[in-house]
Amino acid sequence: MSASKKVHVTTSINGESYDFLCEPRHSLLEVLRDNLGLTGAKEGCNNGNCGACTVLLNGRPVDSCLVLGVEVDDAEIETVEGIACSNNLHPVQECFLEGAALQCGICTPGFLVASKALLDKDPHASEETIRFDLSGNLCRCTGYDKIVRAVQAAGQQMSAEA
Amino acid sequence: MKEFDYVAPDSVPEVVAVLSEHGDRAKLLAGGTDIIVQLREGLREADVVVDIKKIDEVTSFKYCDENGLALGAAVACYNLYEHPELSKLYGALADSTHIIGGWQIQSRASVGGNLCNASPAADSIPSLIALNAMAVVAGPNGERTVAVEEFCTGPGRNALENGEFLVSIQIPAQCNRSGSAYERFIPRNEMDIAVVGAGSWVKLAEDGTIAAARIGLGAVAATPLYAAAASESLLGKAPTEENLATAGELAKQIATPISDMRGTDEYRTHLVGVLVQRTLTTAVERAQSS
Repeated sequence: MSASKKVHVTTSINGESYDFLCEPRHSLLEVLRDNLGLTGAKEGCNNGNCGACTVLLNGRPVDSCLVLGVEVDDAEIETVEGIACSNNLHPVQECFLEGAALQCGICTPGFLVASKALLDKDPHASEETIRFDLSGNLCRCTGYDKIVRAVQAAGQQMSAEA
Repeated sequence: MKEFDYVAPDSVPEVVAVLSEHGDRAKLLAGGTDIIVQLREGLREADVVVDIKKIDEVTSFKYCDENGLALGAAVACYNLYEHPELSKLYGALADSTHIIGGWQIQSRASVGGNLCNASPAADSIPSLIALNAMAVVAGPNGERTVAVEEFCTGPGRNALENGEFLVSIQIPAQCNRSGSAYERFIPRNEMDIAVVGAGSWVKLAEDGTIAAARIGLGAVAATPLYAAAASESLLGKAPTEENLATAGELAKQIATPISDMRGTDEYRTHLVGVLVQRTLTTAVERAQSS
């Protein structure tokens, strides 16, 4: 068959309007990284196991490797680039730094996006809930304890600020 | 991924028309958590990907006391387990949807997609079987329904014919004194494929005995199974530990599992008895408190 036509997509990313052309076969992850230069979301497994490419799609965490770019027309997307508020890191970012909840850092953007979504839902989430809800994010360096503690600390900070 | 075209029709007949034209070179896209991986890895091929998420009856769900739950085929998992009423009415489905993949997957993956993907180990299908669900299928000759236990015809294969697709799943209304539950065995706590899965549904009579029961099994045959003899053995019985265990023993008799890296056939058969008894116990507890 003939080469697929590129599709025009308009979407909101971190509150800004974006227009792009993409082939139907390109994932949202590829669009973010290769077309739009938003390289925060990482490609890990590219099959929905590792969560390194996690972004929020209409407020819900998704693996951007399992979303087609053409699907996000009129959608609202939030990536790790949108988490910090101007020069201030988000509590979850600060607590990951303070708690050394990362080593190589590849999984970190995905963990940050999923953790923020989790804490926005419930800043008092229990350790069990945190571990369950973050089970779609894999880290091969830290063994998770520091990540879980960082998320708990961020939750405390967020509820103190609220 | 190989190149394909993308269409997102906004009506059922338009989808049927695209499917009729392209046959198995057209692939449906709901949550994408199976099909995008399969296209990327070359396990399936498509000339055109048909996104069905612009169609209201495919993306919405509605409960009424008369007809029960009409669950659009593309409704994402979280809608079920986060819903305060539906998660109580359909406990088994809430259990299943909460453990299909992780949070990211549950934001997109649908029960309809889980059914169409027809994995023998699919977590939602034993629950759908237990809940006596019907698949509502649209095609060139109009609409037809297929009992969920007859929908899967082999690993990765289903009863859909050329031009047909799953529009919704119809699940009977729940009454007082009914309850259901799903459990699977996996060596981890989450994000894994069932070694065995079991879904059970019971309806209790006023005197507390079992008025109706249905048991569905996953990962013990080429398709998910309805355990008829085990289910019928419970009719009129008190929900005692002994009677529920007997149903578990009967369910083991229809299991014909394979041995693989997840477990031997002997181990899987043993698990059927354990999980059927456990899910029946939870289903009875939920029925008693409903």
